[in-house]
Amino acid sequence: MRHLIIGSGPAGVVAAETLRKADPAAEITLLCGEAGPPYARMAIPYLLKGEIDEEGTHIRKDADHYARLRIQLVQARAVGLDTALDTALDAAQGQVRLEDGRRLPYDRLLIATGSRPSHEQIPGMDLPGVHSCWTLEDARTILAQARPGTRIVQMGAGFVGCIIMEGLLSRGVELTILVRSGYMVRRMMNPTASGLIRRWCEGKGVRILTHTQPLGISAAEGALRVALPEGRSLPADLYLSVVGVDPNLGFLEGSGIEIGHGILVDATMQSSVPGIYAAGDVAEAADCLTGQRRINAIQPNAVEQGRIAALNMAGLPARFKGGFVFNVLTTLGLMSSSFGEWQGVAGGESTEVLDEARFRYLNLQFEGERLIGANCVGFSDHIGALRGLIEGRVRLGVWKQRLMEDPAQIMQAYLAAGPRVA
Amino acid sequence: MQKSLHLDPNKCTGCLQCEMACAWENYRSFTVAKSRIKVFTFHREGRFVPYTCTQCDEAWCMTACPVDAIRLDPETGAKIVLEPTCVGCKVCTIACPFGTINYVAQTGKVQKCDLCGGAPACAKACPTGAITYVDSDWTGFGKMRQWAGKTDTNPATV
Amino acid sequence: MAWTKNVLRVNLETGSCTTEPLNLAWAQDYLGQRGLATKYLVSEIDPKVDPFSPKNKLIFVTGPLTGTMAATGGRYSVVTKGPLTGAIACSNSGGYFGAELKFAGWDMVIFEGASPKPVYLLIQDGKAELVDAAHLWGKTVWETEEMLKRFHQDPQIRVAAIGRAGENRVLYAGIVNDLHRAAGRSGVGAVMGSKNLKAVAVRGTRTDAYTMADPEAFMRATEAGKQVLAANGVTGQGLPTYGTQVLMNVINELGALPTRNHRDIQFEGAQAISGEAMHTKRPTDGKANLVTNGACFGCTIACGRISRMDPSHFSIQDKPQYQGASGGVEYEAAWALGAANGVSDLETLTYANFLCNEDGFDPISFGATVGAAMELYELGLLTKEQVGFELPFGSTEAMVKLAELTARGEGFGKEIGLGSKRLCAKYGRPELSMTVKGQEFPAYDGRGLQGMGLAYATSNRGACHLRGYMVSPEVLGIPVKMEPQATEGKPAMLKAFQDLTAVVDSSGLCLFTTFAWGLSDIQPQIQAACEGDWSEERLLLVGERIWNLEREFNLAAGLTGKDDTLPPRLLKEPAKTGPQKGAVSKLPQMLPEYYRVRGWTPEGVPTAETRTRLGV
Repeated sequence: MRHLIIGSGPAGVVAAETLRKADPAAEITLLCGEAGPPYARMAIPYLLKGEIDEEGTHIRKDADHYARLRIQLVQARAVGLDTALDTALDAAQGQVRLEDGRRLPYDRLLIATGSRPSHEQIPGMDLPGVHSCWTLEDARTILAQARPGTRIVQMGAGFVGCIIMEGLLSRGVELTILVRSGYMVRRMMNPTASGLIRRWCEGKGVRILTHTQPLGISAAEGALRVALPEGRSLPADLYLSVVGVDPNLGFLEGSGIEIGHGILVDATMQSSVPGIYAAGDVAEAADCLTGQRRINAIQPNAVEQGRIAALNMAGLPARFKGGFVFNVLTTLGLMSSSFGEWQGVAGGESTEVLDEARFRYLNLQFEGERLIGANCVGFSDHIGALRGLIEGRVRLGVWKQRLMEDPAQIMQAYLAAGPRVA
Repeated sequence: MQKSLHLDPNKCTGCLQCEMACAWENYRSFTVAKSRIKVFTFHREGRFVPYTCTQCDEAWCMTACPVDAIRLDPETGAKIVLEPTCVGCKVCTIACPFGTINYVAQTGKVQKCDLCGGAPACAKACPTGAITYVDSDWTGFGKMRQWAGKTDTNPATV
Repeated sequence: MAWTKNVLRVNLETGSCTTEPLNLAWAQDYLGQRGLATKYLVSEIDPKVDPFSPKNKLIFVTGPLTGTMAATGGRYSVVTKGPLTGAIACSNSGGYFGAELKFAGWDMVIFEGASPKPVYLLIQDGKAELVDAAHLWGKTVWETEEMLKRFHQDPQIRVAAIGRAGENRVLYAGIVNDLHRAAGRSGVGAVMGSKNLKAVAVRGTRTDAYTMADPEAFMRATEAGKQVLAANGVTGQGLPTYGTQVLMNVINELGALPTRNHRDIQFEGAQAISGEAMHTKRPTDGKANLVTNGACFGCTIACGRISRMDPSHFSIQDKPQYQGASGGVEYEAAWALGAANGVSDLETLTYANFLCNEDGFDPISFGATVGAAMELYELGLLTKEQVGFELPFGSTEAMVKLAELTARGEGFGKEIGLGSKRLCAKYGRPELSMTVKGQEFPAYDGRGLQGMGLAYATSNRGACHLRGYMVSPEVLGIPVKMEPQATEGKPAMLKAFQDLTAVVDSSGLCLFTTFAWGLSDIQPQIQAACEGDWSEERLLLVGERIWNLEREFNLAAGLTGKDDTLPPRLLKEPAKTGPQKGAVSKLPQMLPEYYRVRGWTPEGVPTAETRTRLGV
């Protein structure tokens, strides 16, 4: 059996390893879109901070790891996909077309191509000094250019925008953040939490301009000039565009695979085309809270989906129980996290505590006697229990009211009510 | 047979000798805030509930780690954090649904119970036998349930 | 070193929090906690200062073994000039607060001045700040702790707070930490209230705040100590099972249980309020009063009582806040709230005890004062109109009402809040106050146990069982058996106990360890933790030095040898029943010898030679 995995992020690597365990004889190929061994983008902020070297970003540390598991790494980008839609065959038996003209045949295919940075549609994005911050190559460029006094204008204050700030500031740069909306990390955090993070960043010397969207970038006197509305502009030595990510789906055009926002998959992580699976940031799978399919671009989800997909590819039935969105963020040392339906649901209840002076905030969202979402700032102890309570759909009983009164008692609530997992 | 920590809230008095032993083992300090085992007090119920990682088979923390900083100790079955490798991204702390792997700001790394390499200091320090290190064939969720069923901290069940 | 070497000085008037290095020479002379803070207090305040003046200071202090794996190493003390006695006040508490203070990096916190408005001190490791407490003023200890943990979103924050009793300056208001552990006696909470300081909230996460001088030796010594505690009948079995309540029946049978304001010496209701009764299932709900035993920080004894009341009891119907488990009665509380008033309903005692914890007042002084009021009432010196309700001995209703009123500072509760000395004086019978230096007796009768009578009379903080626990030799035979009525050798034995106790109270350890531990068990633990030479001889010298420093403060404050006495009832009214029937206190026979063994003049003043020897 030939297993081909496109994409060497966490979903791809875990899938390859799972396949090897489940199918010792199989041929496993891992297609890597970037040079070098598979690495974790999650680690890039720490590379920028100088806390780790590039090796520290590698998903597996042992140089022989892939060879030892007989996982063949192929350095190339996929540009197209041919599927043999012969339903008489139990394998899809198609091939992947590579950038260099090669074609890789497969019996089972996993698409784990992750995300790519969204592209701002403004003039000047091709100028030198304009970068995204997504790949190791991006990080190398930024490391080479960000020095004490370097003026950086960063467009975007989402998850990525927030986690790279510390690395940038640690290099002594002058940092200005442009935010299109009124709120930083607005996909994770409610306005109160977001406001705390903003005030924290400003206290650390970051200039933040909300409701600000650049009109274009031009080169002037050896530097960049970022044009803003109302005739304003900002000088910059570096412009970082971190305005979000989109699933990497371009090469699937004409493949016949059903696509929504991402590749639509069932509970076995199989796409609409038999034998072709998807996992991680490109997959649109069921959300265990809403039942709706959605992209859930977080690390734990990626590895779980990679594992489930691989088991099914190897013929071992496994079902994805459905994930939900949760994430953790550190912004210049301020830890925050977001879980599930943090915006609340109609008919739900919520509770919150705010200690503004000390940058601590907790907001819990309930539906009936279940916890369904949370926002936390400055709160880190035992936060995993929030996942446990939400994903376990734990009926809180009297602990609902206790949490309403004191949301910091999450661990107690988990211990007391946890055994009653539905 | 591998062993596991057996936690019995019925015997716990909340003295925190276990927490000090844990902090001492790992930090040469008695500061219980750094302990990987925690005793939770349920004041209204009059119960003390010791709690730490059960080394679950699912190993949510280990699989979620993006840089392979959490590994399986084949001797004990413990999932252990390799501090030099951990970058401090905290993904494991939200991935563990039991809340038993935590970020330590002082070190910039996460920490969890590693069973002290097979001789857990907490069990040795416990004066009442509430924490013991025993042979076990329990696993993962089953282990949690068995344990949790004994906590008896939900007033509805008291 | 086992000291953090940092002192936090908080000026409540200006709001400033400053750090200063610990006076290490003083630490070598006074060890820590009780001794060291007394040295600071004596050096910094005028002994004649009004306890409620901003010029009085309030010191929270830990010992070198606080926050260590030494069994019971979690104690802290609060030291100030006490409003109940006008003497040195030093109240010791367990729970988790003291260790947390140490983990945050502080040996002691010195509060000076008074805040113009209610504040609380928030300590997060090295960071300390005074925070507005307007919203907490008027709240109970329980509400305060809950609100602070909630607001700071940290269930691990440890809180020591005053309740409404401290705010209202009940003269025996205490400071309660961890909901039901208290620096209970002598009115340290009233001083805190007079300073407009509602609470101290602390979170300590430092791992570098202090070290053990010899870590390996320390772990060996503490482990050996724990084994001794486990193997001892009192600390290994009696206390975990029954708590200090193990004593109720013992002391009653011995004929040393003061009853109805010391009119009697045995209580017919003792069994009903004993440790055994706490284990007995109630007919009403089929559950026992006692839920479990609980430990303070680091304590391998775990004598603490966690009780749950009968939800159908008249005092708590429709009051859900008292229907959960909380701190149950210890022996002294059970005696004061029970035998001292003739109340024999365990549930009533538990309720009153909950209120003492909830609003921060000393159950011993409160219960004893109620006992005095009941006697005044039975003598017709207090009327139903004055009190607002009937106040006969044995009335559960009156006990419940007075506990509620005293906590809130309402009605007759205000008078109860003055303590028995002022109450009895006000109603014309000062001799009915069962106090020494203005502080109420605890649960042993000085007629029944002669050594305890001497201990009460000479205690530096007024009547107290925790300054020289002569019950050990006189009842338990520790370290040697002494007959209750004997006087011979007791002054010397008491001095030894007082000095040893001062050492234990200055170390961070709990006095209860001494049921099993001698100085030879404690010494290696201190030696391994602390820099310097801490021989047994030197430790005893430290203890004696502390005792004499406290004495000097009291003398300078205006107390004299004449205050080393007992109420006429104990000196003249013979015990009516039981094995000690006919006995009166033989204090006059013992006191001169006590002064002699102390190296004091016949007037009770340390001689020049004693002062020089101790360097006080």
